[in-house]
Amino acid sequence: MIEHALHGDRRYWSWIVILLAIIGAGTVAWFRQFQLGLTVTGLSRDVSWGFYIAQFTFLVGVAASAVMVVLPYYLHDYKQFGRLTVLGEFLAIAACVMCAAFIFVDMGMPIRLMNMFIYASPHSIMFWDTVVLLGYLLLNIVISRVTFSAEKKGVPPPSWIKPVIIISIPWAISIHTVTAFLYSGLAARPFWLSAIIAPRFLASAFSSGPALLILLVLLLRKVGMFDAGRRAIRGLATIVMYALAINVFFILMELFTAIYSGEPEHLAHFRFLYFGLDGNTTMVPWMWISSLLAVVSLVLLFNPNTRNNYRWLAWASAFVFVSIWIDKGLGMVVTGFTPSVLGEVVPYSPTVNELVISLGIYGIGALLITVLYKVALSIRALMAE
Amino acid sequence: MIIDRRNFVRVAGLGALGAAAAPASTLLAEPAASRAKTASAKPLTAKRWAMVVDTRKATEENVRAAIDACHREHNVPDLHGTKDEIKWIWAESFEHAFHEQDLHYIPSAMKQAPTLLLCNHCDDPPCTQVCPTGATFKRERDGIVMMDWHRCIGCRYCIVACPYGSRSFNFRDPRAHIAEIDPEYPTRMRGVVEKCTFCEERLARGREPACVEATKASGMMVFGDLEDPDSEVSRAVRAHFCIRRKPGLGTQPEVYYIVPEVKTRDRPQFPPFEP
Amino acid sequence: MRDLPKIIIGLAIFVIIVAIPLWYNLAGGGAGAMPELVVETEDVPGRDECVLPAGRMRPEHMDLLNRWRDEYVRYGDRDFTDHRGRTFEKSLTKTCLDCHANKDTFCDRCHNYMAVDPYCWDCHVVPEELAGRGGRR
Repeated sequence: MIEHALHGDRRYWSWIVILLAIIGAGTVAWFRQFQLGLTVTGLSRDVSWGFYIAQFTFLVGVAASAVMVVLPYYLHDYKQFGRLTVLGEFLAIAACVMCAAFIFVDMGMPIRLMNMFIYASPHSIMFWDTVVLLGYLLLNIVISRVTFSAEKKGVPPPSWIKPVIIISIPWAISIHTVTAFLYSGLAARPFWLSAIIAPRFLASAFSSGPALLILLVLLLRKVGMFDAGRRAIRGLATIVMYALAINVFFILMELFTAIYSGEPEHLAHFRFLYFGLDGNTTMVPWMWISSLLAVVSLVLLFNPNTRNNYRWLAWASAFVFVSIWIDKGLGMVVTGFTPSVLGEVVPYSPTVNELVISLGIYGIGALLITVLYKVALSIRALMAE
Repeated sequence: MIIDRRNFVRVAGLGALGAAAAPASTLLAEPAASRAKTASAKPLTAKRWAMVVDTRKATEENVRAAIDACHREHNVPDLHGTKDEIKWIWAESFEHAFHEQDLHYIPSAMKQAPTLLLCNHCDDPPCTQVCPTGATFKRERDGIVMMDWHRCIGCRYCIVACPYGSRSFNFRDPRAHIAEIDPEYPTRMRGVVEKCTFCEERLARGREPACVEATKASGMMVFGDLEDPDSEVSRAVRAHFCIRRKPGLGTQPEVYYIVPEVKTRDRPQFPPFEP
Repeated sequence: MRDLPKIIIGLAIFVIIVAIPLWYNLAGGGAGAMPELVVETEDVPGRDECVLPAGRMRPEHMDLLNRWRDEYVRYGDRDFTDHRGRTFEKSLTKTCLDCHANKDTFCDRCHNYMAVDPYCWDCHVVPEELAGRGGRR
């Protein structure tokens, strides 16, 4: 199968070379971090998790969102998604790999990685997060491989795979729920100590993930490799629309509780996010852009004229993706530390080294998606001939 | 054993009271041979170690002495003023240390008073709960929240979970920043989390924590077994109005702070309250 | 599957190349030069032998140290009684280095020969090495 990834036009190979260069730069930056320690990041005693863990959190959502094409197809027999499920699963695989990589680069002692398993500690949510994420990666590898092999041979997939697929649905929910529990179980951090974190994570995942899938599918259509079909894309757009609406609703719930109760420790974090705290306004422009993009994309998605127009839909999907990336990939983690447990505002921003490593990991994800999609779509093209 | 330990504390305390405090405590503190084959003194043991910090005695000098003694003895690198700073015990203003109390109207001298902060060795520590490898764990026999630096993977989840900021991470190789390495205690390496261990290595050799010993003469810090009603700490928490940091979180910190209080004789006598 | 013979030949060549050190020693007859280890133990009665017989220490010392460290750090079990009834503190720097004070000609020489790099010394301090390592500055 993999040989299909080795045949491509000039455009394909230029893209691969660009990705390899980005991954190479990330690897060099990681070796520097490995030599010198996490001092090369912007992290500190007070802001001890930052950009890496935030990307991890965001990407767990992207991984979980594969369920949004798998569930309608397998539980509701929504045939339009039939040819999309494997693309969703490949996206989940790439996202899981990126998640693991972001955890790895965040570790102070990467050579002791195996301690996670040798001294497995079920009282730690991190243990369960590892279990569900690795399990989800494995599920998606098995499911995509088995179902796609069957498709290639033109036979129905073996019957034993159906229960595995059904298991993968609640499993997808679990990965983002457990990731939310990493945060929402800590009495020390009022910003995260909220029962709505897990539902909010899921809503934001089910809007940003399918939004990314829409962008990928529209891109494939444009380069003439694959047309998912108008109805399938409409289906995805509907999912993004409702998930985004629910996400915005959940954010407003959080804001209501913080603002109306006026409980100072809780409120301080939201003040930092939207208005700045003690003169630190790092997050303010980002959060307002995120809010604005969410509102604009809601309008674009709820209006059938723009939703059903590919050009507008592409813009709306990009806005959703960026809006939620800002919310989770920038705001969510750092704000938990601002103010710190001692009530101080300690500034944090990622260093160049940190950003290059992160870019390298996104490069790995992009390369995986490119290769997996190339293989799948080349085989489909061959079968169609 | 308990009698021995109590006697030890009493003798050490008496020695500290007198003018000859320094020689007396040195005599008690130094084991016969520094590289002894087995622990030369009887270990100090307890069911639940606890500390009382008397904020009324926290002069600049005492606070400095406690911090220096600890950081020198435990090879804590001096990264002061950098984001990579490592602190086992440190001072914050009283107002800052108890910021959640929203202390607007206390005397400004008290707001500014230096307050020693260290690991609280909580009864219900969130850091050990979240640790994915058991690298930090609660010693059930005496309540010390321990660090196993051989096992820490540097995920920093414990730092995230600690409500007190008691934990530091080695963002870089600490050795280059230690003025004088004490060979009696290991340094750490980059990539692991560290914090106060209530000087468990000293307790095992029959010595009180370094900070307590260094400030013995002032009586600023009292250390002992809270399960033993006759211990000095038990008496101190009964005799004074003590507060703990963020008691509302349910972690049950074992470091208590004596705050200045109204003298009993100045307080109006109320009749017993009957609902 | 028609490429199977080619694959097998390729794999065989790979294994042969990777195992060159083995062929070299077999052809040369016997093992290469062994490192010469020095023990500078003073003549103290009862200190003529390690905490395990040397034959066991050689292959097992790393396991013993790992066990010591867990027992010491995690369970507060600080004393080790050996097969001859002698009691030692479970301590790398205090007990092991007391006899093997010459870390460079004992520990390091063999570790270098075996190309292993134990990270004990990233944290544990060898007093004799302090002068050259940023201590006492």
